[in-house]
Amino acid sequence: MNKVALSASALLMGIAVTAIAQETPAPSLDGGYGLGRTALPEEIAAWDIDVRPDGLGLPVGSGDVWTGEELFVDYCSACHGDFGEAVGRWPVLAGGFGTLEGEDPVKTIGSYWPYLSTVWDYVHRAMPYGSAQSLDDDQVYAIVAYLLYLNEVVEDDFTLSNENFTDVVMPNQDGFFPDDRAEVEFPLFIQDPCMTDCAESVEITMRAAVLDVTPDTAEDDGAAEQPTAVVEEAAAEASGPDPELLAAGQDVFRRCSTCHQIGEGAVNRAGPVLNGIYMATAGTREGFRYSSVMSDAGAGGLVWNDENLSAYLADPRGFLSGNRMAFQGLRSDEEIAAVIAYIRATGAE
Amino acid sequence: MKNGTTRRGLLKAGLVGGAGLAVGRVHAQVAPDPAITELQPWQQYLGPGVDAAPYGVPSPFESHVVRRNVPWLTADSVSSVNFTPLHELEGIITPNGLCFERHHGGVAEIDPGMHRLMINGLVDNPLVFTMEDLMRFPRENRTYFLECAANTGMEWRGAQLNGVQFTHGMIHNVVYTGIPLRLLLEEAGVRTNGTWILPEGADASGMTRSIPMEKALDDCLVAFAMNGERLRPEQGYPIRLVVPGWEGNMWVKWLRRIEVGDQPWHHREETSKYTDLLENGQARRFTWEMDAKSVITNPSPQAPITHGPGPTVISGVAWSGRGSIPRVDVTLDGGVNWVQARMSGPSFDKSMHRFYHEFDWDGRPLLLQSRAHDSTGYVQPTKDQLREVRGENSIYHNNSIQTWFVDENGQAENVEVG
Repeated sequence: MNKVALSASALLMGIAVTAIAQETPAPSLDGGYGLGRTALPEEIAAWDIDVRPDGLGLPVGSGDVWTGEELFVDYCSACHGDFGEAVGRWPVLAGGFGTLEGEDPVKTIGSYWPYLSTVWDYVHRAMPYGSAQSLDDDQVYAIVAYLLYLNEVVEDDFTLSNENFTDVVMPNQDGFFPDDRAEVEFPLFIQDPCMTDCAESVEITMRAAVLDVTPDTAEDDGAAEQPTAVVEEAAAEASGPDPELLAAGQDVFRRCSTCHQIGEGAVNRAGPVLNGIYMATAGTREGFRYSSVMSDAGAGGLVWNDENLSAYLADPRGFLSGNRMAFQGLRSDEEIAAVIAYIRATGAE
Repeated sequence: MKNGTTRRGLLKAGLVGGAGLAVGRVHAQVAPDPAITELQPWQQYLGPGVDAAPYGVPSPFESHVVRRNVPWLTADSVSSVNFTPLHELEGIITPNGLCFERHHGGVAEIDPGMHRLMINGLVDNPLVFTMEDLMRFPRENRTYFLECAANTGMEWRGAQLNGVQFTHGMIHNVVYTGIPLRLLLEEAGVRTNGTWILPEGADASGMTRSIPMEKALDDCLVAFAMNGERLRPEQGYPIRLVVPGWEGNMWVKWLRRIEVGDQPWHHREETSKYTDLLENGQARRFTWEMDAKSVITNPSPQAPITHGPGPTVISGVAWSGRGSIPRVDVTLDGGVNWVQARMSGPSFDKSMHRFYHEFDWDGRPLLLQSRAHDSTGYVQPTKDQLREVRGENSIYHNNSIQTWFVDENGQAENVEVG
């Protein structure tokens, strides 16, 4: 024991010595350093968008369930499904009631989230994914109203507004309590542990190799490197389109890449793969679930030529009302030309 | 090993000669070693000049040392995580390019000339700082670990991922240079009812977390550099919040605003996420501190023992969100008998520590575990101890003892024991 105590105290001395070198804090200055400038009210208004459970931060506005449903199908369903049931591994937003104590808890807005303000704040600040803060306040109220309806908190004739917002009580509001590890766990874990003959025998009870869910490292490398390689190849083609235009298109495509993949190894995600999309018939990518209007447009002969692609990218909703692409549209003709050039070059089949 | 590098192939080849000899030099060389007797190209020809790589990169023979993703974990790489290759690292510092990434809306690529930090809310003087303003404040240098609360979160129900990179790689340990948050809050003048702050990121997810004022004034930093150079974009360039010892999600990257308020905001990342669901359906919230934890990094499934019996080095890391790590215990038999490991390298509060245990391996299978003790007396619990209190659904804050099974060939596997 002596040896242990000795080495422990030597160690503590070591810490103390290091600490002296490290711990001289940066000094405060009476009255401050006079750095920075006063924030203007307009600047604070532009950035201070957070909302609290007591309603602080909520703007004036309102939206009803039916308006919310239309918006949700347009802007949210590509990832979250028409009814909040989710596509792939994107978050499930509705249902899951009574599952929190089970083996497979489904934590949705209805089954888990304690406060409605969290939904409003998050939809407003971060959604639609890849086009954050593009919804106006009434649209956010409407989508939140629809999410309440999907979670059976309100009826279908409900209108949510800043007036009635704090009246809404979420089902799992009382499902949370403050961290109590100090009371519950410290007494169990702050103890001298056994060092010798601590068990009669030890057996293996579970093995990770049996599950086989660990990524294969060699394949991973290939997949990760592919998109860059494809882009570089496309950009390096001497006889192909203008490299500057392609580079600009690649830059614009970052806005598309939240939902669309292109190039070798691309797979359908929230949006279909774009390989070979130029001059293809609309709504025909195998394995992708299109909106009925997109499938119908393809059946009616819509082909993605320059003219149609340009019009669609400029105003997706205006070009084909009711389609699922949750994108505002590209503002400039230059951006559209660049991204089409990029899609043609990179997605050539 | 899966990625079978040349280096490892050579090590494996060496094993044949050494097996079975218990004493003396284990390698008896039969024929002269061509690595010595033949002239190698690097001995003869001139190498690249000084500017061949203006920003240096590791040897091509180390190209397997990279962060890796587990694609099935998340819906999309823009809201996902990759993992630090702990089994390839030494000492306590994580190189900047290997620090794990977790983004909620991809990496924000920010022009520092266009970046602003605003402080508003319950302050006497709401302020805006440019990067130039921030660089005129006094700075501090501190070494801290950053661990995602979900690190080891896939292992609650049993041994799942077969590699320390995947089970424990949501952590990095870095020397930060930054401005104490206290100085910036003093500059704005926090009102007496200002008891919480809400840091906010400039990225497309607009990341927000509520942090009590006491912590904000204690040891939080607004950092602009890591390991001596500016933050990497994926770590929050040009500035990130450093919240020592507390879960990584609170270390808001691309920090653009700090609001002062009189109660927490209960935003998405502190309600729907980063709350710990217990067996009774109730969830703990505001579980900020990271409990003491350790793991053996070598050997481990991605880094088997390739040299056969004889002198063997066990290496690992340990850390605690509540202080330093004065002691780590190691067992070779699944927890029947333990010995104290040898600590090596700097010991800082809320920083990673390195430990070693050297022993003479007799070639019999091993069940390796490590157990951290932190400076508060807290001892890292077993999986069963933790599950007893928390059930299997809490996802976050799994700091339990990890077991690696090493077979007679030196291959290692993630297992559970009972």
